Amino acid sequence: MISIVEVQETNKMIREMNLDVRTITMGISLMDCAHTDMRTFNQNVYDKITRSAEKLVKTGEELERQFGVPIVNKRISVTPIAIAAGSVHTDTYVPVAEALDRAAKEVGVNFIGGFSALVQKGCTKGDRILIESIPEALAVTERVCSSVNVGSSRSGINMDAVKLMGDIIIQTAERTKDRDSIGCAKLVVFCNAVEDNPFMAGAFHGVGERECVINVGVSGPGVIKRALEEVRGQDFETLCETIKRTAFKVTRVGQLVAQEASKRMGVPFGIIDLSLAPTPLIGDSIAEIFQVMGLEEAGAPGTTAALAILNDNVKKGGVMASSYVGGLSGAFIPVSEDHGMIQAVQRGALTLEKLEAMTCVCSVGLDMIAIPGSTSKETLSGIIADEAAIGMVNNKTTAVRLIPVIGKDVGEMVEFGGLLGYAPVMAVNSFDCSGFVNRGGRIPAPIHSFKN
Amino acid sequence: MKGIITVLGKDKVGIIAKVCTYLADHNVNILDISQTIVQDYFNMMMIVDVSGPSKSFEELVEDLQKVGESIGVEIKLQHEDIFNIMHRI
Repeated sequence: MISIVEVQETNKMIREMNLDVRTITMGISLMDCAHTDMRTFNQNVYDKITRSAEKLVKTGEELERQFGVPIVNKRISVTPIAIAAGSVHTDTYVPVAEALDRAAKEVGVNFIGGFSALVQKGCTKGDRILIESIPEALAVTERVCSSVNVGSSRSGINMDAVKLMGDIIIQTAERTKDRDSIGCAKLVVFCNAVEDNPFMAGAFHGVGERECVINVGVSGPGVIKRALEEVRGQDFETLCETIKRTAFKVTRVGQLVAQEASKRMGVPFGIIDLSLAPTPLIGDSIAEIFQVMGLEEAGAPGTTAALAILNDNVKKGGVMASSYVGGLSGAFIPVSEDHGMIQAVQRGALTLEKLEAMTCVCSVGLDMIAIPGSTSKETLSGIIADEAAIGMVNNKTTAVRLIPVIGKDVGEMVEFGGLLGYAPVMAVNSFDCSGFVNRGGRIPAPIHSFKN
Repeated sequence: MKGIITVLGKDKVGIIAKVCTYLADHNVNILDISQTIVQDYFNMMMIVDVSGPSKSFEELVEDLQKVGESIGVEIKLQHEDIFNIMHRI
């Protein structure tokens, strides 16, 4: 029988260490919504989403009460719209984004992901229409998230798409410049995007997935940080064991919620994503974990090693706790969503180049970083190409979610609000790379992709 | 179905009485009680059988929270699975 000590431990994790479930994300296939007429297609999409996710928010709230553990977000991911809307006769998918936004509001989820295109090897007509619709779609909708996969370890990097995305990010920033260019906070450029990611803004429901599925993202860094405070100054073995043990417990809670949600809604359970996602709350920060590990600030020498230890041991503890682990499953290092990262940038400890190095050992990439609005589209494409190359060569997911804040320069603060947080504008290396990114074409697949 | 009730707050007369009266009134059977008092802080855990009452689990959660508020302590009812899954393999 459960002892009072165990009960106290769990409740202390909930009360004092921000133990929660970060997201229940319902993946919904839109493959059967296809139609040549835009209005009919949008109606099909709206009807399918509102029907499938009718009970999502209510079930989430029931589970919160029953287990006494907060479930922070309820979200939806859908089939990449470039595929689902491929047969619609149109030259813009903005009305589709508006239909997604309406559906999200109707069922009460705070984000819906899947305004996406997978173009790692080339663009179809639908892919091109989708990418060109992104700036307006993200300006006129509130909850729609967009992503574009420009590379993979199997097929290399589509440099035409990389070049285009530099331009699209600038356009998206321009369209939302009255709100600190917030449109870009809802746009991710991926290499090796995964099909079952429950976290925004990069979630979409992959084509290899079933009709409808429940994916769950586990708790944030707060619990790990508090556990590590108990073993300050002890050796690496103790450090790693503590992370593993804590990650196991945290993941078990995610697994329980995932199973129950799946049972109550009659929707199959997909995966648990082990990613530690920080929030702007004090105590819920990856950077604070580095400090507890013994670094003065995130970005100090040793940061990449500390992140590698954290990421690896979260996985080792987490995979034991769930039957299906998937999604991105690593530590996130978004700058604006982590007050410790923000502080590190303000103190000059953390630069864009150090963040790039850190993305080699964790998911996902250069995330939620505000940069000067004057950054050129070629520079953005260059940064995307660098990040995609890290993903391609290392067989891992990498992503870029940069926000060129129109009208702001290095050191100024940007406020996105809510979970998206706030951030100081960071310096970007402004030496020219246009001769490289404007070459056009594709970077061939790396040698180690030929495993067959 | 079993639930775990935890009561946390400053010690005073009648906490257990108040909780037990509510449980008796709503046909919730108590299977086990343990409690500790650390520095005047009252810490109690009860394992209860919640298959009997006519009220739903969520209603019991809300009611007990209100009982707690009326006597100035925090009362939580949680499904036992959250503790089992975290502490038992």
